[in-house]
Amino acid sequence: MREIWDTLPITLQISLKIVAIAVPIMLSVAYLTLAERKVIGYIQVRIGPNRVGPRGLLQPIADGLKLLLKEIIIPSNANRFLFLLGPLLALAPALAAWAVIPFDKGMVLSDLDAGLLYILALTSLGVYGVIIAGWASNSKYAFLGALRSAAQMVSYEIAMGFALVGVLIAGKSLNLQKIVLAQDGSLIHWFWLPLLPLFLIYFIAGIAETNRAPFDVAEGESEIVAGFHVEYSGMSFALFFLAEYANMILIAALTSIIFLGGWLSPFEGIPGVQGAFAWVPGIVWLLAKMAALLFAFLWFRATFPRYRYDQIMRLGWKVFIPITIVWLLVVGVAVIAHVGPWFD
Amino acid sequence: MRAIHRYLKSLLLWELLRGLMLTGRYFLAKKITVQYPEEKTPQSPRFRGLHALRRYPNGEERCIACKLCEAVCPALAITIESEERDDGTRRTTRYDIDLFKCIYCGFCEESCPVDSIVETRIFEYHFERRGENVMDKQRLLDIGDKYEKEIAADRMQDAPYR
Repeated sequence: MREIWDTLPITLQISLKIVAIAVPIMLSVAYLTLAERKVIGYIQVRIGPNRVGPRGLLQPIADGLKLLLKEIIIPSNANRFLFLLGPLLALAPALAAWAVIPFDKGMVLSDLDAGLLYILALTSLGVYGVIIAGWASNSKYAFLGALRSAAQMVSYEIAMGFALVGVLIAGKSLNLQKIVLAQDGSLIHWFWLPLLPLFLIYFIAGIAETNRAPFDVAEGESEIVAGFHVEYSGMSFALFFLAEYANMILIAALTSIIFLGGWLSPFEGIPGVQGAFAWVPGIVWLLAKMAALLFAFLWFRATFPRYRYDQIMRLGWKVFIPITIVWLLVVGVAVIAHVGPWFD
Repeated sequence: MRAIHRYLKSLLLWELLRGLMLTGRYFLAKKITVQYPEEKTPQSPRFRGLHALRRYPNGEERCIACKLCEAVCPALAITIESEERDDGTRRTTRYDIDLFKCIYCGFCEESCPVDSIVETRIFEYHFERRGENVMDKQRLLDIGDKYEKEIAADRMQDAPYR
């Protein structure tokens, strides 16, 4: 097996790896939409979709087919080129960022030393898709939605960046694999504990970055119809949908990797139990952590009402940024003083 | 002191966690969805659905064309024409109910002195062609014949309260 793999040209190897990452992501996006409808249904004491296939399991496929077959309408006053470029620009970074995500020790497409920086750069790029889509639509609702989401994403980018700076101080590396390995030890060695405020802020800023409830003013269906994607239909709309959910999964993966120990087992360091679970491959733990965080995404959406716009700005600028700065100092001092068990 | 307390509370996301607890409880609660075509909610014997014209047990139609229902109908949905029959009794020659106009108030049933026009429990019906919404006498009688047992049982159950 190994020999056959090594004889393949390097480009083919990489392409196969990309397929092996991208296809499961697309499938998880599809089933995340079903999970979302089910979870929100359950919280609203309903049972959610259950008609298409057993327990509604084929619902995402039916939805996808419907969107695929629908006409792509381009408004007559829209900028045709940018209108079609928008959804692509939204989706591409959401997928490209997966290149540096380590699924297990050594199981990564590109073991980039500046992985964290790459992630930060790509997640920021997503906002361009939204702005271009909103502008090219030539519709006031789309434009307002794009402005809102641009302002929101830019302000939360800063808090997010600061949270990542804390991680990089604690992990002493920008390489995501090394960051995970720096958390080795046990459940309490993971960075969520020493960086607790940064962990919460990163996750909340991640929700804001993906324009999810309760930060979904960019969509704001009660005020500006659907925000930046009002004019989109069919597959071009589906791409935005895909991008939003791929981003959600990406944020969940990143949070698991940089704060929750990535592929590390939660039973590590506990004598007895540690050995009992040693056979479980690391990717299972990573996926379990991601699933828990994604559930939190859906839970938040079903629980919290949408923030008012000024409240979002206040939270981003006047709460998150000061807290992250203060905690950066705390982490810095802790690292210099070798406060155990994390930094000794 | 109060301000510090409030500050800490918001910083620790206390209220948000309480909200999550609440929705979390409902996530696990028993679901109340009724799976409609397979499951149905219980119906009252007073349910007011599709109309029907009833007959006496000997097969004679009850309606005597008094036109009280036509007069009481707030939506003017009922149209009646009548004539003297060969045996000298007054009978309807036309009894139309426009179901698009009807508001299912049940006044026709209440006004009827001979319990002829009634509203049944049927609520799942549709029209496929224009004009089918106007129920004529024959169709109303057919419904009455078909569901007479159920209609009679429902009237019987409600009789003590009338």
